[in-house]
Amino acid sequence: MTGHSAVGWVDIVVILGYLLTTVYLGWLGYQRTRTGADYLVGGRSVHPIIMAVSYGATFISTAAIVGFGGVAGLFGMSLLWLTFLNIGVGILLAFTLLGEPTRRLGHHLGAHTFPELLGARYQSKGIQIFAGLLIFVFMPLYSAAVMTGGAVFAATQFDVDFEVALLVFALITAAYVIPGGLKAVMYTDTFQGLIMILAMAYLLLFAYTSLGGVSAAHQYLTGMADLVPAPLQAMGHQGWTAMPKFGWGATGYDLWWTVITAIILGVGIGVVAQPQLVVRFMTVRSRRELDRAVPIGAVFILFMTGTPFAVGSLSNAWFAQHGPLLKGQVVKEIDAERGHALVGLMKETSPGRWEPVINPKTNQPATAPMVVVAHQPAQDGQGAPVDLVSGRAPTVVYAKGDADQIIPTFINTALPRWFGLVFFLALLAAAMSTMSSQFHTIGTAAGRDLYERITGKHGTEPSVLAMRIAIVIGLLVSVSISYNVREEYVIARFTAIFFGLCAATFLPAYVGGLFWRRATRVGALASMTVGMLVSLFWLLLVKAKEASAIGLVQLVTGGKTSLLADYPNWPSVDPIIIALPLAMLTLILVSAVTKPSDPQHLRRCFPQYAAPQATTL
Amino acid sequence: MLGIADPLVLAAFLGCIAVTAVSVLYGILRRNAAVDEVTPEDRAWAIEEQKVEDEL
Repeated sequence: MTGHSAVGWVDIVVILGYLLTTVYLGWLGYQRTRTGADYLVGGRSVHPIIMAVSYGATFISTAAIVGFGGVAGLFGMSLLWLTFLNIGVGILLAFTLLGEPTRRLGHHLGAHTFPELLGARYQSKGIQIFAGLLIFVFMPLYSAAVMTGGAVFAATQFDVDFEVALLVFALITAAYVIPGGLKAVMYTDTFQGLIMILAMAYLLLFAYTSLGGVSAAHQYLTGMADLVPAPLQAMGHQGWTAMPKFGWGATGYDLWWTVITAIILGVGIGVVAQPQLVVRFMTVRSRRELDRAVPIGAVFILFMTGTPFAVGSLSNAWFAQHGPLLKGQVVKEIDAERGHALVGLMKETSPGRWEPVINPKTNQPATAPMVVVAHQPAQDGQGAPVDLVSGRAPTVVYAKGDADQIIPTFINTALPRWFGLVFFLALLAAAMSTMSSQFHTIGTAAGRDLYERITGKHGTEPSVLAMRIAIVIGLLVSVSISYNVREEYVIARFTAIFFGLCAATFLPAYVGGLFWRRATRVGALASMTVGMLVSLFWLLLVKAKEASAIGLVQLVTGGKTSLLADYPNWPSVDPIIIALPLAMLTLILVSAVTKPSDPQHLRRCFPQYAAPQATTL
Repeated sequence: MLGIADPLVLAAFLGCIAVTAVSVLYGILRRNAAVDEVTPEDRAWAIEEQKVEDEL
């Protein structure tokens, strides 16, 4: 479904203008104060808008907008619970409860990376190396999700092949990330964040006004519940404004477990253990700066995730009302009064002759639930008379069953071309601001947390070389993953895997390290090991979508997609539900029976409990 | 209400707005509540951080 022409000179000029502005702001940042650390050295405050938008731009990427927006288009507005958690946990709780203790602990211990923070807190080189290795190995999965999100949109918007779009997208981000974008230059992050806000605000306004307002739009979408495609209904989909069917023990509840455990909890909780976000707290000047950033951060995330999740869902109503007409033959009436029917799609093969469209995945005639608007007499391929109907379908039909295509298809079909370009810039901004921090984290994990810790050489030239090599490897791995893996809502799934893995592995040790002085080195290491191993076990052998894609489970079970394939719902449960509680329990139990941390070290970590505050400048 | 029949989805929709409002209120009420000081330790950390960034 491509309503627009290929890339034109106006597109190229606008994109170049945007890139030049980004470069100029980056250069300006280098000349003056640029990063949070620079502000701190200068003893100055970061404006709360800059602090919040910069953090938000790092937090939100193309994965949230295209990937999760597409999942909302498929599964509906229940995804707004993820927005609720993104704001409530990712901003309010993270800034108010975790921000200041993280900042203080990091500064007391001189930690500059997330693995270093954990290693220093628990006085363990092993913990730092473990965390650094996990980031180095798995972060490219998340980067791949971000890249795929941008490339999928660019391919649809500019009517080019996905591979070409991926290459161009990768080159643009590499050109930004490798020479200098790695520094968290706040001007550029803020500029990118502002473009994202403008694009999302317009998109939200367009979606609701084109559907007659908030209540009318929701009402229409509610009335489309019987147009949910049959395979989704079988999983428990009850409509785009309804939660999936809840229960246990039958495949009809699978969708609830997928949406709630993997998408909402996995990502909603996982965000607080994201290494690239945790280190941001350490560059903050004070608790006051954190408090002041909360409102802007919350509004930013509301727009950045609430908009794509709402618009993704509402796109179904838009296509059903205004989408291009599809033709076919009624297979089954769903609601004759409202014209809802299951239609076998047909295409005109010669003037006046219509033949069924074949679904390439199933090799069967393609069907789609539709709102039928007209009937006309026609003939099939053999010349027999048929009642040809015209109608409109939910978005997933226009996106050819691919959730990752839902947002690009909607923007490309429903909105003017100029907005597609603005939206592309917003995605480019979202990708660049997130990827710069992702590769910064990969680089420091390889150089500072792995190379320096293993060799014992600090701040040496080979360490810098290790960082640079790691960044290039990370980029290449990310591009390779994006190029090779194109399956069902892969963007959201990759993101959820990484967020869930980080939550299960890091969260208990991180939060325990901040608030529980009795947490021990052995307890933390055991908790991280359990969290990671249980997550990987679950992903490789139990969670059907991921396990079957990797293939090991088929070898172990003789062809099944999960070790628990015979026990409904278990193959849909996300690892975080199992791994995180086990990791927490491990931290508590093992810490309780192992030697407490050195009291002198604890006084250094938490001087506020032992000595008066340090002298202020 | 608002065209959404499922109370849990309606709760999510309104909850997003409510949690944003709480965050805004929190930021306004605590605008000057916390101390704003830079210790020598903070500065030393920032100088080291600049070195780490510059290495990259």
